[in-house]
Amino acid sequence: MHAKRNDKIATVFIYIFVAIVICILAGILGEILITGLPHLSWHFLSSSASSFQAGGGVRDQLFNSVYLLILTIAISLPIALGAAIYLSEYAKDNWITNTIRTSIEILSSLPSIVVGLFGYLLFVIQFNLGFSIISGALALTFFNLPILTSNIEQALEGVPQSQREAGQALGLSNWKTIRGIVLPAALPGILTGIVLSAGRVFGEAAALIYTAGQSGSTIDYSNWNAFSPTSFLNVMRPAETLAVHIWKVNTEGIIPDATIVSAATSALLVIVVIIFNFGARALGNMLYRKLTASNTK
Amino acid sequence: MDDLKKEPTYIKTFSSDELALSTKNLSVLYGGTIQKLFNVSLGFKKNAITALIGASGSGKSTFLRSLNRMNDKVATVKGNIIFHGLDVNKPNINVYELRKNIGMVFQKPNPFPKSIRENITYTLKADGQKDKQKLDQIVEESLRAAALWDEVKDKLDKSALALSGGQQQRLCIARAIALKPEILLLDEPASALDPVSTAKLEDTLKQLRSRYTMVMVTHNMQQASRISEYTAFFHLGHVLEYDVTSNVFTNPKGRITEKYIQGSFG
Repeated sequence: MHAKRNDKIATVFIYIFVAIVICILAGILGEILITGLPHLSWHFLSSSASSFQAGGGVRDQLFNSVYLLILTIAISLPIALGAAIYLSEYAKDNWITNTIRTSIEILSSLPSIVVGLFGYLLFVIQFNLGFSIISGALALTFFNLPILTSNIEQALEGVPQSQREAGQALGLSNWKTIRGIVLPAALPGILTGIVLSAGRVFGEAAALIYTAGQSGSTIDYSNWNAFSPTSFLNVMRPAETLAVHIWKVNTEGIIPDATIVSAATSALLVIVVIIFNFGARALGNMLYRKLTASNTK
Repeated sequence: MDDLKKEPTYIKTFSSDELALSTKNLSVLYGGTIQKLFNVSLGFKKNAITALIGASGSGKSTFLRSLNRMNDKVATVKGNIIFHGLDVNKPNINVYELRKNIGMVFQKPNPFPKSIRENITYTLKADGQKDKQKLDQIVEESLRAAALWDEVKDKLDKSALALSGGQQQRLCIARAIALKPEILLLDEPASALDPVSTAKLEDTLKQLRSRYTMVMVTHNMQQASRISEYTAFFHLGHVLEYDVTSNVFTNPKGRITEKYIQGSFG
């Protein structure tokens, strides 16, 4: 009878804890969406931020966030992929490998403000890149690399050893086995890893305040010359992102509708991250089906 | 157990023109100190099925995996493996080419998460075979040889993972023989299969016997007696007896072999 009673008590507690987690999540999401969504409008998305008056939008911040994210992923993905392949497929299990893994773990818990200050000193000052998108992207790469690397490594390690053996027993080289068999099999996991880290990057503010800057320059979306100072593609221009914008209007902002702007921006940020998540999941499933030919089942 | 080295061994030998593959004093050490295999010298007759039997940990799988150098990264393999007069256990041997000549099928079916067709063509394409007609032809030949063609010919572009375990294992055999190897190493190929699939797999192996030399590790003594011509008995890293299968099972010479055959241990 004791076992039965204890089991019941444990079950009740587990349900309570789950309920707490769900309540907190739903509370945060609900609060952000309920206060923000009514203020999200096409006008808000398509007009630039105003400095003094009410009614400004976040067009440039939204674009900057996406642009920074793309640049960051473009820089960090090849590096993280290479490092993860090394760690999971080539590295021997010795103290060097363990040191590398520990360093990556430590780096992944590095406070983003520290990464931001480091980026400020190295890229902004030392490399003389100034407050710019490229400084921000490099700082975010530093911030993103450890997590992305360990996410991809986990995805690779999730591929059963028997798949590697199958490839090798068929006379495929190590690299051919990795490229043709292990990587496609790990692809859904890798994509999930990219999305998880992308969400973090997209919402990051602290690492960007001192690197990408807090001011938006005048951007011309019809200027495709990436070297022109007004071009939206120019990576040397300072760029405020959505997350930094939220921080700014709440600290130094003098616009009268600061609360509305930050609520709407928060909602936008959350929605974009959710879209990323679902989009990448759909993409991952699609790619997996294509690669494994299971769509014609 | 400590005087196994003094235990008499009964090892059948073949004349060199009958041999497809042989080993001389093959020893395997893990981590440099733990010896799993002691000076195994065995010859495998061409176009025959040889079964390797023995209890868990007897070293039969370790031995099998050494033959196509799959143990290279995890263990030290000493001794000679003679294939076409060449010692293929030398460091300068191209193991990738070697493995195309000595195919392997594993305990658990491990088809690639690709289509049935691609499971077979992937390695061929990696090898430079691009002619689509030729590839289609090899796919059909290999699947027919593995007795899988009739079951899958209408769904070649569907996922191999949708096949049953037995079909997956025969696909793995088809995938191995698509490379036209001379030797097939089978590491307990039926142990993950149900009796019906096992029977089908055994039929397939019997049909392949005339064209391939097969070395098969098995836990299942009935299976060994059903389909193999020769049987080697492994015990704690030593081969104690190697003879025609019927002799090993009906008239074992060694006392440990006899005990194992009678089911006293293992």
